Amino acid sequence: MGDYKDKNGCGIKKESSSRFWKELAKGIIISNPVFILTLGLCPVLAVTNSITNALGMSAGVIFVLLCSNIIIASIRKEIPPLVRIPVFIVIIATFVTILSLLFEAYFPPLHKSLGIYLPLIVVNCIILGRAETFASKNSVMLSMADALGIGFGFTIALIMISFLREILGTGGLEIFGRELFELPILSVHPLNFFISPPGAFLVIGILLALFRWIGVIRGE
Amino acid sequence: MLTIFIVMAIVNNIVLSRFLGLCPFFGVSKKLSNAFSMGIAVTLVMLIASVSTSVIYNYILVPYKVEFMNIVMYIMVIASLVQIVELAIKRTNIILYNALGIYLPLITTNCAVLGIALINSAENYSILESTVSALGAGIGFTLVLIIMSGIREKLELADCPKSMRGLPVAFITAALLALAFVGFSGLV
Repeated sequence: MGDYKDKNGCGIKKESSSRFWKELAKGIIISNPVFILTLGLCPVLAVTNSITNALGMSAGVIFVLLCSNIIIASIRKEIPPLVRIPVFIVIIATFVTILSLLFEAYFPPLHKSLGIYLPLIVVNCIILGRAETFASKNSVMLSMADALGIGFGFTIALIMISFLREILGTGGLEIFGRELFELPILSVHPLNFFISPPGAFLVIGILLALFRWIGVIRGE
Repeated sequence: MLTIFIVMAIVNNIVLSRFLGLCPFFGVSKKLSNAFSMGIAVTLVMLIASVSTSVIYNYILVPYKVEFMNIVMYIMVIASLVQIVELAIKRTNIILYNALGIYLPLITTNCAVLGIALINSAENYSILESTVSALGAGIGFTLVLIIMSGIREKLELADCPKSMRGLPVAFITAALLALAFVGFSGLV
């Protein structure tokens, strides 16, 4: 996570109300966790085979990110620097356990289809990365903005990938069991390749290249 | 037993079909020698971690009916194990230690290690079965990492569009590799 710190420019000390919105916007576009920083890719590839899974996963990540950022930012002065990583991990693991129990109780089908990827939010580099580079250095308010920004950036990326994969792979779109639409030819002959694991690698590879290409055109 | 091994190593390869451990997969696969040592380190940690988490699951969590605590328990065990392995490698092989660099502490947040522990307890594997599955997964990880780094060493010389260079083309290579591994699905 070395070069990751520089990209975000976390050295700024000034605080104002407009910074809340700036931090929020930063996570969504400039430092999108998936396409620009390429962090936390494991769940991104695994759960984007349907848009329902992607939405469930995003909700989980936002919940854990927000709660852990708030807790870590509020106790950041009490944590001894030497043992900060284990402290962060325990805090994150606690919220993931809460999340996993909540999903099991209220959304059992989603809990089942997300499988081991729900508990694996614990080792998602995005969450630990935000705790280490942002929440441990900034106020609670800013950490909340950062968590929401990064969380929404993650959600947008997940929705984009799963939208493409589900449309190409099944020929239609379905959210929480409700069918939205079906494409004429694709639904009869769906390209199953795109919901299989190799399809995930291909789609994300092409999207990454696309984002870089846009960056090159804008002259960055 | 052999079935578990083959399924974990080849058919349901943890990188290409379960998408675990992608960070080191793309991070360390630029050079063949680093890929090999990373694979060995991950296999080692995975093996020790699976045995200890399996013991904890079968003898502590299940008898006291606190299975929901497994995430917190496992991550603590893995984090402390990685520290021990790091110290051991630092003492015994300083060259390997320097070659692995930042990726050694990052094994803690490697989803593959925790993932295998969670798969083992989800499938209700016994301690011996967990050991075999961890060994299979580790070998599968090392195998794919070595294949990938071999391809990427050649890929460095290839002339591809500027925006495709680096990570995007690595992902497309991984897609082709995953497609090849799908061919093994009829094996078991």
